[in-house]
Amino acid sequence: MSDTRKVTIKAFRFNAETDYLPYYKQYEMEVGKDELILDLLNRIKWEHDGSFSYRRSCRHGICGACAIKVNGRATLACKQNAIELLDLFNNELVFEPSSKKRVVKDMIIDKKDFWDKHAAVQPYVVADIDPHPEHETKQSIADFNKFLDSDLCIQCGACHYSCPALEANSDFLGPAALNAAYRFTIDTRDEAGKERLELTAEPGVGVWDCVKCFECAEACPKDINPIEKITKLHNMQFEQGVAVSNVATRHAEGFVRSIKKHGFLDEADIVVYSEGYLGMYKHLKTAMKMMKAGKIHWNDGLPWVDNVPKSKNLDEIQKLIEISQTNKL
Amino acid sequence: MSTLKYALFTGCTAKQSTPELLSSTLAVAKKLGIEITILEEASCCGASHLQDFDEFLAHVLNARNICYAEKLGLTMITICNTCQLNSAMTKHALDTDPELKARVNEKLAEVGLEYKGTSEIKHFLYCLIDEYGLENIKDKVEVPLSHLNIAPFYGCHNIRPSELHHTSNGGENPYNPTSLDQLIDALEGHPVDYDHKNKCCGFHVELQANHTSEILAGNAMVDAIDNNADIMVTPCPLCHLKMDTYQDDIGKVIGRDVELPVLHMPQMVALALGCTPKEIGLNYHVQKATHLTA
Repeated sequence: MSDTRKVTIKAFRFNAETDYLPYYKQYEMEVGKDELILDLLNRIKWEHDGSFSYRRSCRHGICGACAIKVNGRATLACKQNAIELLDLFNNELVFEPSSKKRVVKDMIIDKKDFWDKHAAVQPYVVADIDPHPEHETKQSIADFNKFLDSDLCIQCGACHYSCPALEANSDFLGPAALNAAYRFTIDTRDEAGKERLELTAEPGVGVWDCVKCFECAEACPKDINPIEKITKLHNMQFEQGVAVSNVATRHAEGFVRSIKKHGFLDEADIVVYSEGYLGMYKHLKTAMKMMKAGKIHWNDGLPWVDNVPKSKNLDEIQKLIEISQTNKL
Repeated sequence: MSTLKYALFTGCTAKQSTPELLSSTLAVAKKLGIEITILEEASCCGASHLQDFDEFLAHVLNARNICYAEKLGLTMITICNTCQLNSAMTKHALDTDPELKARVNEKLAEVGLEYKGTSEIKHFLYCLIDEYGLENIKDKVEVPLSHLNIAPFYGCHNIRPSELHHTSNGGENPYNPTSLDQLIDALEGHPVDYDHKNKCCGFHVELQANHTSEILAGNAMVDAIDNNADIMVTPCPLCHLKMDTYQDDIGKVIGRDVELPVLHMPQMVALALGCTPKEIGLNYHVQKATHLTA
């Protein structure tokens, strides 16, 4: 078997200054087993078309410059073996920028929105520091480990530009900024924790707009798992009394209320409890349709009616909630 | 083939707003000779929302559910992607963190239970494909679905994060999943290839970020429709609820009429195995599927 593989690469091309529309151009090359996606980008430029543009710098997976999408998959070009992706995508590679609507030229995008959001969470330790300290500011290993992996973020934007919530709502902070918010809020030396948590609790902006798709966890080249940090921020909002009662927080807390009563979630009650009776008007049309289809009943959600199936040994569930619940709204 | 036996974690929706999911799952099991014991003791998995409120409590409740499957010595199967994710996340957390496992077991001991980590957790879709086998399903097809273009909608929580799922979902590639396509093929339907098959439906922010939710669902549905889908099929009842019951609202936000019947994965299988539309509970859908039989 030959050591190389003949590959056709389709690359997204667009110059915001001269082109009306983007187009794809094909490049053929023999790819070796040790070549990275970055090597293929280089070879397009060096062997085929000098005008092909992309960002690159460190080649060590640390500067975050070379993040692109390969077949829709967020990829840090200098860290990704090409053959691995050829296997994953049946020998066809499509190179695209991280975000097509932000393209300046070919793979290069304008990351302004990313940096604005990053800056908004104050991604640094905020502390009143003695200018002439007589001893170090110490931190236990356990406290350090709480933010160790979130600190590995290289701001490549792979998660940010894979987040569908951000595509639909440009106010949402997104996974990278929220990971940074977590990293500094959990830091024992930081003093802006509450302020930062309040920002992450804001409807339309903070963690409650995360759609829980796990695209960010999949996209991160440093295995940071941003959505895990988003869940931690959710928990911290309740632990530190930052969570205010609104449709989103009641929706989360309402699960305990339902499970305590039935073991299962009371699907009608959770909507009524989260929205409040006045907020229910938005759902009336849908509720009518669901009723007509037999999905819900006319008296579901009324406090004196109980249509919800019960888990067997419900007393066990109630006891476990009683002894295990740690947070309150 | 020896008889397959599973402990079924139904989840909440199959007991309430999507009874057709439970009945069609049981119908498929009966047709294929799979033995199912319903875990009647199980509680809600927390659906990721309880996890946002109180992660430890969510681990305790999910561990309790798994305990009952362990008692039966069976693999716990799920029929909801979100149940699958949250149960698997608890299993992973407890199996890799002895300290957390001890803390959870301390609570479980109060009700006479112990989490051991002996039961696997698997979505029914992957039981059918990896354990029952596509070839064996093919042999049982009575009503081929050759008249239907079927858009597979995978749902996030069966395919991401891939590291969590790779042992239970046959190593599905989250950027290019194939299991549902293969299943549709085995039932002689025509799988519709479209970009949004592995994207998010927006269900989880339906209440607090309604606009986002409608856009995500709408993008996927319009993509399926534009690629000539007659119906959509999903292994997740939450994707089903979002896309079946909110089509009017989705259409308004997306600026197009959205009319597409959305079937549960077991409904599609049951139909091909010879069950009638009535038997698989199609009457429970808001968007009626009227053209399913050739």
